[in-house]
Amino acid sequence: MKDWPLFEIFIRSKNGLNHKHVGSLHAADATMAIQNARDVYTRRNEGVSIWVVESKMITASDPAEKESLFEPAEDKIYRHPTFYVLPDELKHM
Amino acid sequence: MAIQNLETHFQEKVDQEIKIEPKDWMPDAYRQTLIRQISQHAHSEVVGMLPEGNWVTRAPSLKRKLALLAKIQDEAGHGLYLYSATETLGISRSELIDQLHSGKAKYSSIFNYPTLSWSDIGAIGWLVDGAAIMNQVALCRTSYGPYARAMVRICKEESFHQRQGYDILLTMCRNSETQRQMVQDSVNRWWWPSLMMFGPNDSESPHSAQSMKWKIKRVSNDDLRQRFVDMTVPQAEILGIKLPDPELKWNEERKHYDFGNIDWDEFWRVVNGHGPCNKSRMEARIKAHEEGEWVRDAAMAYAEKQAERQDVQSKIQYS
Repeated sequence: MKDWPLFEIFIRSKNGLNHKHVGSLHAADATMAIQNARDVYTRRNEGVSIWVVESKMITASDPAEKESLFEPAEDKIYRHPTFYVLPDELKHM
Repeated sequence: MAIQNLETHFQEKVDQEIKIEPKDWMPDAYRQTLIRQISQHAHSEVVGMLPEGNWVTRAPSLKRKLALLAKIQDEAGHGLYLYSATETLGISRSELIDQLHSGKAKYSSIFNYPTLSWSDIGAIGWLVDGAAIMNQVALCRTSYGPYARAMVRICKEESFHQRQGYDILLTMCRNSETQRQMVQDSVNRWWWPSLMMFGPNDSESPHSAQSMKWKIKRVSNDDLRQRFVDMTVPQAEILGIKLPDPELKWNEERKHYDFGNIDWDEFWRVVNGHGPCNKSRMEARIKAHEEGEWVRDAAMAYAEKQAERQDVQSKIQYS
């Protein structure tokens, strides 16, 4: 038997917060994925909104390219406010 | 990178408590161990619904029936979280189900024991879920990200299971002497199989050392078993129930309870298929799967037809 397509599930736990990835499930289509996600991932008031997306639609970065992707940010300390020294008498900025 | 370097780098990450994620490089044996362990865990959740399902229609009140149904629904969800975690390792759901049905994959032997009375449902919640939680709390820190995340979610839900079981037993023990005796009978039957749930003694568990090194396993079988015994004894005292072990005794020197020897012959008999319910459990699983096939096919056919129809409509719109 062929498996139903795999969907990734994202839940917004309350208004004002991002949808967050919570897991995945198989469903025949997106409508069923939402219904099943409701039953599986929100049985105890965990959410107010659900996004589903077919897993195959997600393009992920390659862990092997971690260094070339993320290392350039490491030595750019001037992007953080703590890089800039302020005079002691200045109370708020 | 040469394979040895990859392995060293992998072990360094594990030692530094950096979680391993699905697309990261991992040794093949690590992957295979995880597939075996997580799927076995998933199968246990699914087969675990069967002994409890036996009492849904005979629960003594609507309140008990609702709680039992909610618990069983949770087990289905837990099975799904764990199957999903296993699938991130590159094995399909249908392969996993096939492995269960063909007997290639195992599930927890505890579910091969029958639920003979309502108090067995209480004993399962208290002892079986109690033992499972002990194991699962330790696994929240396991090195594979998706497995750890599934465990966190499961642990959050599981504590209700143990309490509903204990609540059933407490109510019965305080109701009447006859009911207390029913509870005692259940505990007599479930105590030793619950201790077996933690697996063979550390000295007899050949893969444990590697699993500990990879931090798949965080606490040894014997340590978890000891914690479970220490936690359970005072709970039994509150129920007014005697745990069926004449050697069970507080050891002031060790600051732990000593307990008697486990019948490992029985354990291996049940693991190897000769428990009271192995055959009926598998028959029930296979029957449910086969009889559900037309539903799965129909849902897929419907989804495909809907997609086709939408496709045609959008073509008409834009032509």
